[in-house]
Amino acid sequence: MLQIGPYTFQSRLLLGTGKYPNIDIQKEAVEASGAEILTFAVRRMNIFEPNQPNFLEKIDVTKYKLLPNTAGAKTAEEAVRIARLAKASGLCDMVKVEVIGCDRTLLPDPVETLKATEMLLEEGFIVLPYTSDDVVLAKRLQQLGCHAIMPGASPIGSGQGIINPLHIQFIIEQATVPVIIDAGIGGPADAALAMELGADGVLLNTAVACAKDPVKMAKAMKLAIEAGRLGYEAGRIPKRRYATASSPLEGMSIV
Amino acid sequence: MRCIINGETIELPHHVRTVAQLLRHFHIHEKIAIVEINMDIVPKDNYEQRAIADGDRIEIVHFVGGG
Repeated sequence: MLQIGPYTFQSRLLLGTGKYPNIDIQKEAVEASGAEILTFAVRRMNIFEPNQPNFLEKIDVTKYKLLPNTAGAKTAEEAVRIARLAKASGLCDMVKVEVIGCDRTLLPDPVETLKATEMLLEEGFIVLPYTSDDVVLAKRLQQLGCHAIMPGASPIGSGQGIINPLHIQFIIEQATVPVIIDAGIGGPADAALAMELGADGVLLNTAVACAKDPVKMAKAMKLAIEAGRLGYEAGRIPKRRYATASSPLEGMSIV
Repeated sequence: MRCIINGETIELPHHVRTVAQLLRHFHIHEKIAIVEINMDIVPKDNYEQRAIADGDRIEIVHFVGGG
């Protein structure tokens, strides 16, 4: 069970809602993923074309927890403004703080992320900051009282998987709140590895939305995350340099 | 009355005087939308009363797909 602030979830997969080929495939993929938390972005509405399809209107919003992000923000103040707008919908009180500090890499700005997290916590939000894989920053965010830490595995949408498992482990080992690996996941093996390392959840979008078959990939990610979690709970064997025989060494005189 | 809505200068007809009327005017009153006037968010309960003034900078936002 995953606990974030006052909320509990069976699923450890948090799914993004951008970039799907169409709304029907998206709906099917969301169902196949088993995700209970869906992320969204806040943007200007095209008031001259009000009938453009909108995914949120096609799903039962009471079945999911909405996690709006602050994507587009480059400062803490902008992130807070977006978060307030999202909350004013009356549909959510969680927010993924995402303050980008570099357009090319889309890596988060640690200083602004920290500031935004502090401001939003003061306003009573359930705050999940997207951060770099920096254990010191993770500690600082925890000290502020954030409700989860979401370190990136690699740059957003890059599909490179976990490029620094050691740093992810450092974060997990000291964590006092759930650690959700966010961004950079490419395939099911990446998601499984995140869970095997001891992450509490995985947030991904592009890996499913832009897969050749998003519905099948959504299911694959669901299973990978479950398998990875089970593997973590089961406790894997340590790696050894040399072989240890699986078959008994006694009674070998017949050969 | 002339307002700046989502960054565009828009001439509104005389009968549009409140946020509720504004949303109806654009046929978006049944959408999940959030309204901000001059950087202040308008709570949903205030849509009927909240007046719009000439020169207001209005943002009408909603949720779109994102990660």
